[in-house]
Amino acid sequence: MTALLKVAPALERTVLAVPSIHCAGCMSKIERGLGARLGIASARVNLSARSVTVEHDSSLDAHDLVHALAELGYEAQARRDELAPRLSAARPLLAPLAVAGFAAMNVMLLSVSVWSGAGGSTRDLFHWISAAIAVPAIGYAGQPFFRSAWKAVRHGSTNMDVPISLGVLIATGLSLYETVRHGEHAWFDGALMLLTFLLIGRVLDAMMRDRARAGVDALLSQAAQGAMVVGANGGLTWIEASKLMPGLIMRVAAGERLAADGEIVAGASRFDQSLLTGESAPIPLHTGDPALAGTLNLEAPVDVRVSHAGHDTTLAEIARLMEASTQSRSRYVRIADRAARLYAPAVHSLAALTVVGWLIAGASLYQALVTGVAVLIITCPCALGLAVPVAQVVASGALMRAGIMVKDGSALERLAGVDRALLDKTGTLTLGRPLPDPAALLALAPDEAAVAIALASHSRHPLSRALGAALAKWNLAAAPLKDVSESAGEGVFARWQGLEVSLSRPQGGGATMAAALRIQGRPVRLIPFSDRLRPDCTAALTQLDRLGVECSILSGDRPAAVGEIALQTGLTAQANARPAEKQALVARLRASGRKVLVVGDGLNDGPALAAADASMAPGSASDVGLQAADLVFVQDSLIALPRAVRAARRTMVVVRQNFALAIGYNLLAVPLAMAGLVTPLVAAVAMSASSLIVVANSLRLASAAK
Amino acid sequence: MTVLLLLIPAALAIGGLGLAAFFWALRNGQFEDPDGNAARILIEDDE
Repeated sequence: MTALLKVAPALERTVLAVPSIHCAGCMSKIERGLGARLGIASARVNLSARSVTVEHDSSLDAHDLVHALAELGYEAQARRDELAPRLSAARPLLAPLAVAGFAAMNVMLLSVSVWSGAGGSTRDLFHWISAAIAVPAIGYAGQPFFRSAWKAVRHGSTNMDVPISLGVLIATGLSLYETVRHGEHAWFDGALMLLTFLLIGRVLDAMMRDRARAGVDALLSQAAQGAMVVGANGGLTWIEASKLMPGLIMRVAAGERLAADGEIVAGASRFDQSLLTGESAPIPLHTGDPALAGTLNLEAPVDVRVSHAGHDTTLAEIARLMEASTQSRSRYVRIADRAARLYAPAVHSLAALTVVGWLIAGASLYQALVTGVAVLIITCPCALGLAVPVAQVVASGALMRAGIMVKDGSALERLAGVDRALLDKTGTLTLGRPLPDPAALLALAPDEAAVAIALASHSRHPLSRALGAALAKWNLAAAPLKDVSESAGEGVFARWQGLEVSLSRPQGGGATMAAALRIQGRPVRLIPFSDRLRPDCTAALTQLDRLGVECSILSGDRPAAVGEIALQTGLTAQANARPAEKQALVARLRASGRKVLVVGDGLNDGPALAAADASMAPGSASDVGLQAADLVFVQDSLIALPRAVRAARRTMVVVRQNFALAIGYNLLAVPLAMAGLVTPLVAAVAMSASSLIVVANSLRLASAAK
Repeated sequence: MTVLLLLIPAALAIGGLGLAAFFWALRNGQFEDPDGNAARILIEDDE
């Protein structure tokens, strides 16, 4: 294969996941930056999938492309085959919807002329044309329903698709019979309209579900996809993560993630473990300390001896925990399906009763069957099919405008019932990033601040970046520096107007985070950093309490740090909880009958987020947190929590009203149908009217997030 | 009534054309990246 490629350099195609693409600027930067490189024929960004498809010749491999993207400023991973993007749920429904809509409109046009008095051979012609359009269209567009209904029937159960499929098929069959017999009534329009309305409901529902992608995929792509391995003769070779064996020694450069668990054998650095533990402060590790896969090396290159690789790493363990909890949640039965379990048998026995009743009353078999079919058609759950999805789509649109994204249709159903909330500390109750003490910043003289901002701009250390961001609001010009050097783990050093200046780690180094600004000949300025509570934290917790949701803190951080936050918020707290313990607590609470909401951001919260009845994550969360959570709120304020709960409860009120409306419509229409008074015209009007009422009622949710 | 023989096929053909165009778009990846297509309009092509 490779030999062949060397003879004739054919183009290869590589797909890379680039999670940080978010705007048109990123797209053009990547496409142009990559396109200008030697060996790359074309690069195309897919913003929805956050990926880049690159066509390149065989002189490049995925590792080179990741490097090229890193030079452009984007962290990327080659996408593995098993992580290929899932098929969208809405896509396969679009074609049936288009066909059903097209056919329904054309058949309706013909039906209107029949209703308005076309008779004789014209009516027959129109019926035949309708049949020619409707039968293939129903055969194609009805497949999603037929398949699902057949699956349910084969397993001896029933769902909403069973009455739908029966109604549509029987209506089509009867209409064909009527057409052949030159009869008066054909129901093609009703059957097609029903399919169109229901497919609209399904597409809306599927589009919401598409936004929810499985968390496990993202989790696995967080691990570095390979490592530089130090060979016996000191040479370095790149080895893929799946081929790493315990005992090999990896050299991990600053800014790289570890591909496997291991023990540091040479060097010392600080590691960002926030992905795994939720601990926000970087952890210093030295020779002999264990380092975990998925953690980010911040400062200096280290050599790590692999102890566990691939499926044995802590990261893979968390992925397994999440997968298990996701399965347990999928057993949740959505309210629409619960309604169908009652609805379908009721409708079918009513139709059977009608046939029997008319036969007893002395009608012909044909007449009895036609009336029974009319009952089935009129009770086809058109409004029921729209009752839930439309309400949820309108409510999630309102929430999205308020900065809360609903990723799963059933999330609002589950969130509405919540009566217990577990909140993570770092990144959830707090902002999750160190902020410089404002009082210490105000104490700086203007020229000192200018030096500080200049020094901070030369470092990528989290404290430097936070300081730079805070001082940027002051609109200061950075002081001109000379001889700037950054010493990993120490700080930034430079000369300013002939004076030695530095922004560095304070001496002594107590428990608190701080940076020291030194300017030769002046006193040292100490700038303390701390993580702060989110704005409106107290108000949000009070509102949750008023909504009957009991809150407590569940954190993986140290007891001292958790205790401080517990004191400030007045909540009970549990510290030092590992991912599996968090998940176990959620399971215990659920077993005791509570409906649990988990709010968290880190990878360590992933299993708990997936196990809870409903889950939320802040927009700053790790990919895994974002993907595992049902709802994501993007603003800093914690008021999003009570707002989402209130909106979810209002949505469920409207959904129940919609069910009541749909059933009320049936109470009116079914007696008419049983009496044999329903014509195709009445059915079409009743169906559209009930659907419109349900949609109009759902639109009231447009203000649900206020 | 003979006008119907012309108008009904014409209406169906025009509708069918729209349907065919939609299917073409679906097959050719026009719905692959809705977010990206919305953003792409902001990219200046000054090359």
